[in-house]
Amino acid sequence: MSGDQMTAAVEFLNVSRHYGAGPVAVKAVDGVDLTIPEGEFFAMLGPSGSGKTTCLRLISGFETPTAGAIRIFGEDVSRVPPNLRNVNTVFQDYALFPHMSVRDNVAYGLMVKGVDRRSRLAKADEMLSLVHLPDYGSRKPGQLSGGQRQRVALARALVNEPKVLLLDEPLGALDLKLREAMQDELKNLQRRLGITFVFVTHDQGEALSMADRVAVFSRGRIVQVGTPEEIYDRPATRFVADFVGSSNVLPPDLSARLGGPATWASLRPEAIRLTDTAPRARGRVTGLRYLGLGTRLAVDVGGTELVALVPAGTALPAEGAEVGLTWAADAAHQMAGEA
Amino acid sequence: MSGAFHPARGPGDRLTGLFWRRPGVLLALLIAPPLIWLGVVYLGSLVALLWQSFWSIDEFSGLIVPEFTLKTYAELLRPANFDVIVRTVTMASVVTAASVVLAFPIAYYAARYARGRMKAVFYLGVMLPLWSSYLVKVYAWKLILAREGIVTWAAEGIGAGNVLNAVLSLPVIGGNSLSTSYIGTFIVFVYVWLPFMILPMQASLERVPNAMLEASSDLGATSWQTFVHVILPLALPGIIAGTIFTFSLTLGDYIIPQIVGSSRLFIGQAVYMLQGTAGNLPLAAAFAVIPIVVMLAYLVFARRIGAFDAL
Repeated sequence: MSGDQMTAAVEFLNVSRHYGAGPVAVKAVDGVDLTIPEGEFFAMLGPSGSGKTTCLRLISGFETPTAGAIRIFGEDVSRVPPNLRNVNTVFQDYALFPHMSVRDNVAYGLMVKGVDRRSRLAKADEMLSLVHLPDYGSRKPGQLSGGQRQRVALARALVNEPKVLLLDEPLGALDLKLREAMQDELKNLQRRLGITFVFVTHDQGEALSMADRVAVFSRGRIVQVGTPEEIYDRPATRFVADFVGSSNVLPPDLSARLGGPATWASLRPEAIRLTDTAPRARGRVTGLRYLGLGTRLAVDVGGTELVALVPAGTALPAEGAEVGLTWAADAAHQMAGEA
Repeated sequence: MSGAFHPARGPGDRLTGLFWRRPGVLLALLIAPPLIWLGVVYLGSLVALLWQSFWSIDEFSGLIVPEFTLKTYAELLRPANFDVIVRTVTMASVVTAASVVLAFPIAYYAARYARGRMKAVFYLGVMLPLWSSYLVKVYAWKLILAREGIVTWAAEGIGAGNVLNAVLSLPVIGGNSLSTSYIGTFIVFVYVWLPFMILPMQASLERVPNAMLEASSDLGATSWQTFVHVILPLALPGIIAGTIFTFSLTLGDYIIPQIVGSSRLFIGQAVYMLQGTAGNLPLAAAFAVIPIVVMLAYLVFARRIGAFDAL
């Protein structure tokens, strides 16, 4: 972000993408308004079928809006075909061309623009160095591991120097260790290049740890946009709290019983402490799970399960023991009840 | 008994046990019959054929001289015989090229657009002609293309009779009527072999993932560039498979040119006549070797240009 004079890299102006018409219409995207500033690492988070991938495809041009307009750097691109948009995509399963060498794959975007062979291969090698695969140019995609293919797809998408880079579930096909390494690498790459990254994921951990801002999608609409902290600490609705996960979701009656207003509320497990003096709630321990950094305690409070994260070093109650729980007055966050 | 396993209940269990311990035995049992069939009956007769092509025929007695000689092959180069080879290879090439051009849009539509009911209609439409007798179809075409046939009638009906006459008056490929010209032979060949081109082509196009076409477009390629750089190379093995069918079937056919055409000989007819009425088995064998050699050369060429890289 360039100070207070933010340039919008991508803007959705009341964008809808419906399939079919009338009462049977499938509203894949329904009235989305969104502004992604230049240079931001933006995540679209949501369960499958929530419209996040359709939004990504609306930016790349593989879908056209049935209503509203999409602007990229201020220009309306709603009727511009994908090959004329200065936006590139890292596809979910990479979609590398199996009959071309890695170098030719990366150089493809330059080849179709008519860049001469020598310059485009030089540039391709440069991009391969950028993604730490300098010596793999002459291999075929079939000879690479999943992580390497991912890097090639990244290099191929970056070779055209796009204004916006789109990533569709970029880490979905990788195993856990590789996924964590790639998260750091993507983040570093984005900072270094300063390009706007928009990525789609259904993994809330990935979205929260990588993105500058996150949009949470549900049923074709954006439920909440905010920084990872905002999304995590102050979920706007019950859906967000549920989906982002690990938070305790308190129904209105329980909120009221625990001394708050009678609304839906979220309460983070790490905000709950064990106490013997003046507890806000009492309950029976129904399960203990050791997590390394602490222990996850499930406590049955009058029929609702509350989860508390007890830091390592605290004396632990036994399963079945009666415990008292407390938390800071502002720890319980009120939210809308939409699921 | 500890009960860790059940005792074998009979020969079935013992046989299954044997197959489990030695998977090679089962494999050998399964592939032995087709291997014997292919090896002895097919390859054996092919070798016998090759063998005889190196014999010759005594010109005076008309008897076969079973001694090694290249004389018979030299005979292939005589203008009358060589013309037959050139005519057949040219026809096979033109038929193949036309089949590729005609089949591609159909195969592309079927692979990328047709769904559900339309897909069933496609398969039915392509396969249906294969279910009726080959001879019936060829004779039907003879009637269609005859001077008194529906094509002439329709051409005259729409006032294009002179166009048809102009086409028929072309040198070499023209003739008295479509059914007695190379054009007619060509049309019937393309009609009869087209399914063999469409099906492998469609199968290979179906395997090209949609994401790959999107990736190409995403990187800035026009539809034409995507076609040339992505679709065509990925579909090439299927296209080559189709051309192998149309090319080799045309090279070997002896019925279509006999019924529809200018009554000049094709390789198949030459083989048929030489081994039958003429009794010149060595020359017939030498003729029969030509399609094999041409096909091998074609496959080497296809491999050389990278047609199988995407396999």
